[in-house]
Amino acid sequence: MPDIKRTLDQLKTGEAAVVLGYEGEEDLHYRLKELGLIRGTVVQVKRFAPLGDPMEIILRGYNLSIRKRDASKILVKPETRDLDLCLETVLSYKYRVAG
Amino acid sequence: MNMSNENDPIKKAREIALVGNPNTGKTTIFNALTGLRHSTANYPGVTVEKRTGWMRISDEDISVLDLPGTYSLLPRSLDEEVVRDVLLGIREDTPPPDLVLVVLDAGNLERNLYLATQTLETGIPVILVLNMWDMARQDGVEIDLRKLEKLTSVPCVATVGMKREGIEKLRQAIALALEGLTDIKGPFSIDTFLPAQLKTELDRISVLIEGRLKSRSQGVFGEALRILSDSHFRGPFFTGNKSRDLLQAEVLSVRASLKQCGIDWTSVEPECRYAAIDQICAEVVRRTSKTVLPFSERLDRVLTHRFWGLLAFVGVMGIIFQSIFSWAQFPMDLLSHAIERVGHLAQAWLPRGPLESLVVDGIIAGVGNVVVFLPQIFLLFFFIALFEDTGYMARAVFVLDKLMKKVGLNGKAFLPLLSSFACTVPGVLATRTIEDRNDRLATILVAPLMSCSARLPIYTLLIAAFIPKVHIFYVLHLQGLTLLGLYLLSIGTGLGVAALFRKTFLKGNRMPFVFELPPYRIPHLQTVVGTMWDRAKEFITRAGSVIFLLSIVLWFCVSYPKDPATEARFATARHQSMLTMTGKALQERLGDLEHEAKDLQIRSSYAGSLGKIIEPAIRPLGFNWEIGIGIVASFAARELLISTLAIVHHVQTKGEGMTAGLVEALQKQRSLLTGKPAYTPLVALSLMVFYVLACQCFSTFAIVKRETGSWGWMFFMIFYMTALAWSASFIVFQGGQLLGFQ
Repeated sequence: MPDIKRTLDQLKTGEAAVVLGYEGEEDLHYRLKELGLIRGTVVQVKRFAPLGDPMEIILRGYNLSIRKRDASKILVKPETRDLDLCLETVLSYKYRVAG
Repeated sequence: MNMSNENDPIKKAREIALVGNPNTGKTTIFNALTGLRHSTANYPGVTVEKRTGWMRISDEDISVLDLPGTYSLLPRSLDEEVVRDVLLGIREDTPPPDLVLVVLDAGNLERNLYLATQTLETGIPVILVLNMWDMARQDGVEIDLRKLEKLTSVPCVATVGMKREGIEKLRQAIALALEGLTDIKGPFSIDTFLPAQLKTELDRISVLIEGRLKSRSQGVFGEALRILSDSHFRGPFFTGNKSRDLLQAEVLSVRASLKQCGIDWTSVEPECRYAAIDQICAEVVRRTSKTVLPFSERLDRVLTHRFWGLLAFVGVMGIIFQSIFSWAQFPMDLLSHAIERVGHLAQAWLPRGPLESLVVDGIIAGVGNVVVFLPQIFLLFFFIALFEDTGYMARAVFVLDKLMKKVGLNGKAFLPLLSSFACTVPGVLATRTIEDRNDRLATILVAPLMSCSARLPIYTLLIAAFIPKVHIFYVLHLQGLTLLGLYLLSIGTGLGVAALFRKTFLKGNRMPFVFELPPYRIPHLQTVVGTMWDRAKEFITRAGSVIFLLSIVLWFCVSYPKDPATEARFATARHQSMLTMTGKALQERLGDLEHEAKDLQIRSSYAGSLGKIIEPAIRPLGFNWEIGIGIVASFAARELLISTLAIVHHVQTKGEGMTAGLVEALQKQRSLLTGKPAYTPLVALSLMVFYVLACQCFSTFAIVKRETGSWGWMFFMIFYMTALAWSASFIVFQGGQLLGFQ
């Protein structure tokens, strides 16, 4: 399978992906992890703000606004399965944490 | 606190603390439990608000503490630090609670359980309060409470804080828990989800901090995990010199050996905790319908739309501005008339003399200076509460963040800056929603540059007096353009200064800028009005007391020292005219004498002397010492410049006519030295620019000192704004003269 690693900010509206990890070791990332953006979490891009930044994502049953700059540090694997905007699918589809 | 209380264990009140994520309705639970019996103060030494109240359970008064909203016990801000310190029992001013209520948003259990599981690990008895239960059900979320109790080993209660539902059950649960009758099956821990190597390595940190958490020995595990995860070693146990070095060395060694086992210490806690949470949720939560809310979704498509979203935002802000500056005008006029009436009544009742002067010009005028702002403040707070309650506020932040980012602030800075157009004090108070320290400080420091409504009368007066009523291109009004220019100057300078600060000494962030976008809700009137009232009350107590006290101080500075010789002279003159004149002529003569006396008084008063002292400093800006007195007086309330100018230029101070009379008097006034007009359009412009940029408000000083927790920042703000105002006015006046303007 081809490696299709991307960062969260590169996803398009409506696209879903699985978080793979973070680029760089920044202290700022810790809060994002505490909010649930950890390895294995499925996120979906809801929309971008009218001026293009920040972006709204859905994860773990809630909506979060995140700046593209921060999102660009989050490595994701786009979810190829067809996920529509129904959050239920996103929720029930969760990877087990490795390790 | 007296000694007998300390020694008598029966008399010492037991403590309950409320913790929870932001937006969980924690405060509605707090209010429901305590009713009106609560008060706010600050934690000693920090600028974090401490809300405490009392509730009564079977004849016992129990203290209830509402801790600031937080996402985690690994703190990123002062607010969050306080929460952790209180729960660990390491704050000396706040006793460790006997029971913690963790308030959770039932519709968002996963993320809310993060803080809840951390709290469970502190070893304090806990009750989980699943709030907003009705909305969760409405959204198709079903939670098995009994199962959740079993998995977390603590009582769980469903509530709807706003409608006071489930509160009685919660009280019963609290009573049971305080009696120690709760059926606890053993402490909760995410233990089973931790890799074995991590557990052994964590013990190395635990050993070092074990003795220090005296009151909460069970809390050691959680704290060790936090110490491991904090890359900046910010915990409470990194304070003493030698022990800190020892601990730090050990932590670094633990991290290194974890890395060798392939465990990433920067994410191991959240990953294991969410693994535990996922398992709980899988057993407890059931979603019976689609969770995408059609109503919310449809609204969002408009309100965050590329075009309509921006338009809606502008519209909403237009409404707020309109309400502050136009709808509030009528009640404000009513209030100022009413205060004037009270002043007249007092004047008629009281004998002439210093007491009358204190009551009328000091106390009543002082109260008036506060009360007159109330309609604006209430309207502003009403709209803010309304937008928060409906969920629109988060969208406004979402829409605007990119613009604010350009000047180094974030979307949440918008509301405080907008509020500052009404009054800086609520603006500065509103910065509390900004979690990041540097973002918040920069916002506070530029908030006073936003042209508050107290400056408006000054612009109006000076523009009416000196800016010609001409049209440019037939439609644009020069007077209107000037006013617009002043507001643009205020906004432009504010944003520019913010950008400068954020690029220099307030660089960087401690938190990524993320925030929740909650679903839209139909606003709950009681909550909106309650929030509005709470905040208005804070304005009245915080700013009101300062404005009131200063009005009296200022009254003193304007009225004293008195010169008995002059007073006697005026008394004689008054007496003489009463003997020689009658009717209308007498009234006129008495009026003139009154004005002359007032003028002489203010010129020889402390304020007058101060005005003369600062004259050399303001002369290059084109200001005479009469303006100097006005500037001094402005520190109590800016609009006092107008009444001061009215007094020194002998203008009848009667209601609406005053401005017109003053306009005329200012235009006529000639300089004694040169014989040229003392007030020219250029002086007026320079003065307006000065008022836009100068920080002439003691209430602002007080609130900035309180909210930054430092005299240093307050003095810095005064200094930079004064320097800015002086330089800008200097450039306007001197530059204008060089260009040949007058």
